[in-house]
Amino acid sequence: MDDVAISVTGLTKVFGDRKVVDDFDMEVKKGAIYGFLGPNGSGKTTTIRMMCGLLTPDGGAGQCLGLDILKESREIKKRVGYMTQKFSLYEDLTIAENLDFVARMFGMPGRRKLVEEAVRDLGLEGRAGQLAGTLSGGWKQRLALAACTIHNPDLLLLDEPTAGVDPKARRDFWDEIRRLAAKGVTVLVSTHYMDEAVQCDHIAYIAYGKKLIDGAAEDIPTTIGLSTYVVKGPDLSALEERLKQEDGAGQVIRFGAELHVSGTDKAALDALAAREAGGDYDWQAKKAGLEEAFIYLMAGAKDNFGAAQEEVQ
Amino acid sequence: MNRLFSWTRFLGVLIKEFIQMKRDRVTFAMMIGMPVMQLLLFGYAIDTDPHNLPTLIEVADESPVVRSLTAAMDTSDYFDFIGIVTSELESAEALKDGTATVILTVPPGFERDMIRGLSPEILLTVDASDPVAAGGAIGAMNGVVETAMKQSLSGPLSFAAGSEPPFELVVHRAFNPSEETSINIVPGLLAVILSMTMILITAVAIVRETEKGTMESLIATPVTAAEVMLGKILPYVFVGYVQTFVFLIAARVLFNVPFSGSFLAFFLGFNLYIIVNLAIGFLVSTVARTQMQAMQLSFFTILPTVLLSGFMFPFSAMPGWAQSLGTAIPATHFLRLVRKVMLKGGGLPEVAGNMMAIVVILVVVVAIALRRYRQTLD
Repeated sequence: MDDVAISVTGLTKVFGDRKVVDDFDMEVKKGAIYGFLGPNGSGKTTTIRMMCGLLTPDGGAGQCLGLDILKESREIKKRVGYMTQKFSLYEDLTIAENLDFVARMFGMPGRRKLVEEAVRDLGLEGRAGQLAGTLSGGWKQRLALAACTIHNPDLLLLDEPTAGVDPKARRDFWDEIRRLAAKGVTVLVSTHYMDEAVQCDHIAYIAYGKKLIDGAAEDIPTTIGLSTYVVKGPDLSALEERLKQEDGAGQVIRFGAELHVSGTDKAALDALAAREAGGDYDWQAKKAGLEEAFIYLMAGAKDNFGAAQEEVQ
Repeated sequence: MNRLFSWTRFLGVLIKEFIQMKRDRVTFAMMIGMPVMQLLLFGYAIDTDPHNLPTLIEVADESPVVRSLTAAMDTSDYFDFIGIVTSELESAEALKDGTATVILTVPPGFERDMIRGLSPEILLTVDASDPVAAGGAIGAMNGVVETAMKQSLSGPLSFAAGSEPPFELVVHRAFNPSEETSINIVPGLLAVILSMTMILITAVAIVRETEKGTMESLIATPVTAAEVMLGKILPYVFVGYVQTFVFLIAARVLFNVPFSGSFLAFFLGFNLYIIVNLAIGFLVSTVARTQMQAMQLSFFTILPTVLLSGFMFPFSAMPGWAQSLGTAIPATHFLRLVRKVMLKGGGLPEVAGNMMAIVVILVVVVAIALRRYRQTLD
């Protein structure tokens, strides 16, 4: 168990009469980037909050960095960096003051130097005295990341860190996450973006409080058993409408100038492709990607909850 | 480093709170400006002993006795002579439309009748639609008449001096009651102002963390409840000190309110009072979800402080149930403490009972507040 950063079993959280997190199991290897995916309100934030002791689980047990998540949350807090979904530093404090405050909260020695370094790493040397509230969205996120890593945590919990951030800033942000992971920091990150999900070593897909699937990013479509054809040609909208009526095409999604037609019944899908190909449209078989897989899971999660579970396990 | 209390973390919260206080100029100005403004308002504007009431005289007798009576009224500065009327109709009109609040009517042959011992009547008609103003004028008139009579009924008229003046007015106070209201109201005001700002500012400062989401980051750090509570509250204790200091100076300079008692008793009492109000503010913050709610709840606590503590109305004049409610309010006890110390020269032994009462309230409030405070987000 020495190489395991997080290991929880049967984690459950109930708000009122709603099971927000239901019997959740997870194991995260040290130094891994672990992605949390799932629609809004699926329980990602609640799960992350339980990991770092902000919420008390109603059921289940587990350890985080070798410490009991139920009994040793104070010790866990010292070694975990948590970045909230919403910007939660003080907008009326400057960049340097915010960093200094966090450093004090973790009782870091040599604060002045730490803050200076963090400001320099951010590339904000000339703006250390700027109020955090006046930063743009992307800069706020980078500052928040700098703040939650100032105490050199062993585990980073990032709750949708790139929501509402432009693509360039997102790229920079992920460079930083990979840099931290390379130094041995375990990262648990929740996201909606597929291009971010594929950068994770391991992914868990959560919907309605339950984990539907987890595994390495590239294995997930295979695990579901999804086959995909990429269709190119004129007037895709009409074709999309027509294909949605076909039985073999379980799922038809528009990706820019192409349609991705997927289904779990490979034979039926192949038959459909053979029938349709040859006309104006170009049908190419392709390995199903994460995005198709997750849209498939999301569509199926509610009505055939049990079926999806069986398929996975 | 201590597990449950770290000075670094406590200082961190404290410093952060001071920086935020400094940045929030409007609130900071309010914290310092509010006591001064209220002091001026209550001290000067809200005067239950009105002066310069517009007065008309209807005099049918130009004798020296009457002249000395009107002169005494004029110098008392309760009455402000605005003219002379000649008929009853005219004076009734003036009272009705509000040009005059007081009419003095002296009948013909007043002095002559008085010398003959016929006990003539002087009529003081007062607009009693404002009972407070009327009461003040009637009360003052007693003193005025006495003085005037003493002055004019000397020499050849001294034989009449012993007789009672023909007024059915009961004397409640001495002739020069001018500054009494502010001397009584200013110390009480300290209780109200401290309560108002301490509860409001603490509640808002704590709820702000929850509302803005910064509490989530804060409690994700190893910081403990005690560190957060003390670090957030102490800056406002400092504000309370500043307010009290400004207040004492203003009371002395502007209103000549004496400080005749023990400073130690005052110091201990007001620290205790600040702490109990901060605890109430903390309690409010555990109930309110938004800064707006915190504000409204704080104002809700301020009303009883003003009305039931004995600040606005005499405590002994309240019905029994209101007195019981009033006893549960810290301001009631602090108000008594301040009045005892500042006005009556009280020391520690005299105010020990008041302090005990505040301590009891403090224990109850802190117990409830800590029960409600959660270290987690649930």
